[in-house]
Amino acid sequence: MSAITAPAAIESTPTPIPVSQVLPWAFLLGLLAIVTVYFVGAEQGAVSLLSGTGVHEFVHDGRHLLGFPCH
Amino acid sequence: MRTLLIRGLLAGLLAGLAAFGVAYLVGEPSLRTAIAYEETGTAADHHHDEAATSEHAHGEEAEVSRTVQSTWGLLTGTLAIGLAVGGIVALALALAIGRIGPLGERGTAALVVGIGFVAVVLVPFLTYPPNPPAVGDPDTIGTRTAAYFGLLLASLVAVGVAGSVARSLGGRTDAWGRAGAAALTYVVLMLAVAAVLPSYDELGDFPASTLWSFRLGSLATLTTLWGVVGLTLVASLARIRTTPARAGAGSPA
Repeated sequence: MSAITAPAAIESTPTPIPVSQVLPWAFLLGLLAIVTVYFVGAEQGAVSLLSGTGVHEFVHDGRHLLGFPCH
Repeated sequence: MRTLLIRGLLAGLLAGLAAFGVAYLVGEPSLRTAIAYEETGTAADHHHDEAATSEHAHGEEAEVSRTVQSTWGLLTGTLAIGLAVGGIVALALALAIGRIGPLGERGTAALVVGIGFVAVVLVPFLTYPPNPPAVGDPDTIGTRTAAYFGLLLASLVAVGVAGSVARSLGGRTDAWGRAGAAALTYVVLMLAVAAVLPSYDELGDFPASTLWSFRLGSLATLTTLWGVVGLTLVASLARIRTTPARAGAGSPA
């Protein structure tokens, strides 16, 4: 009776992944991503955790071309 | 979940490589021109007394040589940002699959990457266009950086608000109606945010054509990065679907 075979659908709507399964990964990866973006995008520019300009200069071109404010 | 993350990170790695290629070929020429201009000392006067030059050197006297900056340094930057983007996109996708409208895995992936590109690249690009070396007052780098990251945060929050507006409409309209309402919400919110944020005019006499080609190069780099993440992820999901195991089941690549 209610056997709908949905021939028109390109892909059937998949079942969601439970949020509790995603959260630990989200926390870990979110933290890593923030640290990464910080070092490429802002370290030794507006704020400095390390002294000197080595990090700033090493990622200098990437920082400019990826659209971060540089100097 | 793990499969999805690994695919996201691999897509990010590939995207970082591709973005490096584009940045090196398209972005570096105007960046070199800008640095040459910077070192003639005709750039905005505040930047180039002797003390400032030694503090922020690009030329031969720099701690990291220009060659390293434009190759390994640039590659490190694009790979790092590629991995970060790939990872975060995979996480967002994990939460979005089966929860956004009548979309399959690939459709959801394309939508997530598209929304991410608009929110994280396009809107910030239009609000605070990237500047080459020699543009920008070092005295305002603090507020400019804060404004830039504040804008990113506001943009992501606006995406969240737009999403909940769409959700709250429930069955009152179809998926297109909800998508339209979400888009409208986002645009109105971001126009308001952009109007409130400070604006900076620190170009001085910087040559307009170099500025234009630098900004195009930057947009090309970022578009490549996000585009490759999207295409690779969608393509890899197609392979997941042809195998009997599901996305969360950890099927071998």
